[in-house]
Amino acid sequence: MDIELRGITKRFGEVVANSGVNLQIKAGEVLGLLGENGAGKSTMMNVLSGLYRPDEGEIVIDGKPVQFDGPGDGIRAGIGMVHQHFMLVPVFTVAENVVLGVEPTGPFDSLDLKTARKQVREINETYGLEVDPDALIENLPVGIQQRVEIIKVLFREADVLIFDEPTAVLTPQEVTDFFKIVRALKDAGKALVFITHKLHEILEIADRINVLRAGQIVGECLPGEKTDIELAEMMVGRPVNLEVEKKPYAPGEVLLDVKDLTILREDDSLAVDDVSFSVRRNEVVGIAGVQGNGQSALVEALAGVHRVAGGTISFEGKDITRTSARARHKMGFAHIPEDRLKNGVVTNFTIAENMVLNSYYDERYSKGVSMDWNAVNEHAAEYAAAFDVRTPSIFETLNHLSGGNQQKMVVAREMSRDTQLMIAAHPTRGLDVGSIEYIHSRLMHARDEGDAVLIVSSELDEVIALSDRILVMFKGRIVAEFGAGGRPVDKNDIGLAMAGATL
Amino acid sequence: MSEQQQAQTEKLAHQLLQRAAPSRTVYEDLIIVPVFAIVAALILGGLVMLATNVSLEAIGKSYVALIYGSVGSLGAWSETLTAATPLVLAGLGVAMGFRAGFFNIGAEGQVLMGGMAAVIAGFSFAGLPIYIHLPLALMAGILVGGFYAGIAGWLRAATGAHEVISTIMLNLISYRLVDYLLKVPFIQKSGRSDPISNAVLDSAQLPRLLDWIDPNLRVHGGLIIMLLAVWFCYWLLFKTTIGFEFRASGENADAARFAGMRSGLIVVLVMALAGALAGLAGANQVLGVLERASPGFSAGIGFNAISVALLGRSHPIGVLIAGLLFGALEAGGRQMQVDAGVSLDLIGIVQSLIIAFIAAPLLVRAVFPWGFRGKAASRKE
Ligand SMILES: Nc1ncnc2c1ncn2[C@@H]1O[C@H](COP(=O)(O)OP(=O)(O)OP(=O)(O)O)[C@@H](O)[C@H]1O
Ligand SMILES: [Mg+2]
Repeated sequence: MDIELRGITKRFGEVVANSGVNLQIKAGEVLGLLGENGAGKSTMMNVLSGLYRPDEGEIVIDGKPVQFDGPGDGIRAGIGMVHQHFMLVPVFTVAENVVLGVEPTGPFDSLDLKTARKQVREINETYGLEVDPDALIENLPVGIQQRVEIIKVLFREADVLIFDEPTAVLTPQEVTDFFKIVRALKDAGKALVFITHKLHEILEIADRINVLRAGQIVGECLPGEKTDIELAEMMVGRPVNLEVEKKPYAPGEVLLDVKDLTILREDDSLAVDDVSFSVRRNEVVGIAGVQGNGQSALVEALAGVHRVAGGTISFEGKDITRTSARARHKMGFAHIPEDRLKNGVVTNFTIAENMVLNSYYDERYSKGVSMDWNAVNEHAAEYAAAFDVRTPSIFETLNHLSGGNQQKMVVAREMSRDTQLMIAAHPTRGLDVGSIEYIHSRLMHARDEGDAVLIVSSELDEVIALSDRILVMFKGRIVAEFGAGGRPVDKNDIGLAMAGATL
Repeated sequence: MSEQQQAQTEKLAHQLLQRAAPSRTVYEDLIIVPVFAIVAALILGGLVMLATNVSLEAIGKSYVALIYGSVGSLGAWSETLTAATPLVLAGLGVAMGFRAGFFNIGAEGQVLMGGMAAVIAGFSFAGLPIYIHLPLALMAGILVGGFYAGIAGWLRAATGAHEVISTIMLNLISYRLVDYLLKVPFIQKSGRSDPISNAVLDSAQLPRLLDWIDPNLRVHGGLIIMLLAVWFCYWLLFKTTIGFEFRASGENADAARFAGMRSGLIVVLVMALAGALAGLAGANQVLGVLERASPGFSAGIGFNAISVALLGRSHPIGVLIAGLLFGALEAGGRQMQVDAGVSLDLIGIVQSLIIAFIAAPLLVRAVFPWGFRGKAASRKE
């Protein structure tokens, strides 16, 4: 099935998200879409899948113009979208989730799960997905949950699959597996659209690349024709430095000291098991590890939002194991949470309100109980401008921002303060190369100003580029240390340690 | 940063401070949907009446009576406002709970408890001047209502007991407690065997506002208190740090916790505030309208308050408007019954239909497609 978008324009109030976009999607081909945060990629795909109705232009399927009045029409026409935020029911099984809304029924309208399971298995085999139809979603890692989303779309017999930043939340191994699936789908004659901010991924998997800027297609090329640096420049419109510039390592005194820390998950299983480490001023410590090895719990405990079962956390020599998140915030802790939508922002609040979500009580923003909204707005505008959060106004609610701009807003909030300790979980997830360059330089700046910086990321390249020392977590323990006093930094060795090999 | 970049950032920051005009969708949601909902409800209500063998003429007459009885004369306005006052007060309480993410079903019990406290304070301290006695009685209603709801808040914070269950239980307890209290010798009117309280002393009664025009105009000082409460809730929600915490917890409790807000404190605070407002509604009834307490004197105000809060989209101004609408329906409904002989139950049906339509904006949009240009678009990601 071939699809053509002709002159698509989509406006949100005064914001023009897409303007006159032409795009071709062909069967048996992967179309890679690149573009800055807020360039209009997700909007365009939402138009294609029928979620948004374009203001101008038309969608042509195999030569025939079509009109979609909702996502139902899109899926009936064979267009399926795998959203970045999965829409799965956690307490349902894989099979139940897959058939949700299109359940096969037996006599008396009863739910025929047996057929459903069988169909899921067939899809599994055809594309090499390897998902247990009876597993509960909540027990599955992110990578597998994503496959469930793919099965959902295939179950509805989609010929066109749209992936909006599918790799943002995947580990490197999961990305490799995901690409295998993409190739299998391609070989089966499906048309695929792949959105990402990671240039090496698009060079690896795309057959054709389109670059979007400010709602318009600004370039088309084949992966062999361009290098990542050229692509980055095409995207952002200026030369981008993909390397992190780093001053020499000159650590100061110990600021954060963690001793024998043990943390339990909600079900009382061990998340962090007897971990000790410290972070000094003027130092960046990176925590590398495959997701699910305790990093999230560790970060949350350090930020004061997760209970500690044993051990101590000290800051500037004082025991802060039991102090509240608010008290730590006042001491100069900054925390960029891993799951920004769930824990970092209130999507129905304005950007201004979100910008002061954890500092509204500060005397800059309120006198007694009375909020000083003028001060809030002015600071919010300043921070949003400095971090290039793309929005028409700070009075826009957060859910009107593009994914990457939501992330930038959180980073702007946490970095626009006089901080001592920066705890950043996946600080650049979902950001375009230009923004990554800026955030990295800000992190380095914080380090050079005397902050202690702790970075958690599944992006190994990022951890290596930023960190002075790298700790590898595996099954709740720190199993290896690289850099400074530890082993020499070596990507391969770190990867092995992350997989649990003893070095 | 170079100077040029700095200047550019400043310019951008300035642009970001610009407010966009409210979009058409907002305007449609706030004004057109409710108007159409009311029209649709009245039409459907008429059909219901037709189906119950009410003649077309009587239906026409009854709708005229509805309008006449609610806004057609000074007396009608007075009745509308008198009926609206406690609904707005209790509705504000429920709305504040909604804003913070708590489904407080307990306004009815809080109205009863606050009302009882106000009655007791109102007949107890003979000889006090009005400027001391009246505030004292009102305060009694506020404090007891707040304390009673605070129990549910505390149960939630300390034990995780869901507020829907605990407030329903507290409602049931309050019914029996009122029955019991009304038989206590010190409270029960002397010489009566039925459960009825002593009368509130003159010095604790909310003064009527328009009795210099006509002594039958019942609208009383509670109206002013109600308007102050609307302003107070608006100020609290949107201009204070406490309101910011309420709204943040209501919208995303996880993010609020990560931002260092204390959910336990917030739930107790917001429930106490909700109870205080409902208690004030109860006090308003006994001190301004009823002059004494009898079983069930709350007359469902606490339950209607939930509808008022929902209809008002949990916004203080919205609650005010919704409360006025309910007050008008109540006052007009009485007139409808008198003039056209239509049963009061039908008013209840029309009321419910209005709520149903307003609660389902998409339905209204579907029924009256020509009324809307902006498409109800919500972002999915
Ligand atoms: N529902 C909406 N209301 C208002 N503006 C919107 C809405 N959805 C998107 N926008 C605006 O449209 C523009 C394009 O957004 P879109 O989500 O398509 O960007 P994107 O290219 O996917 O970016 P990212 O890489 O950050 O995900 C942005 O400026 C965004 O603020
Ligand atoms: Mg996007």
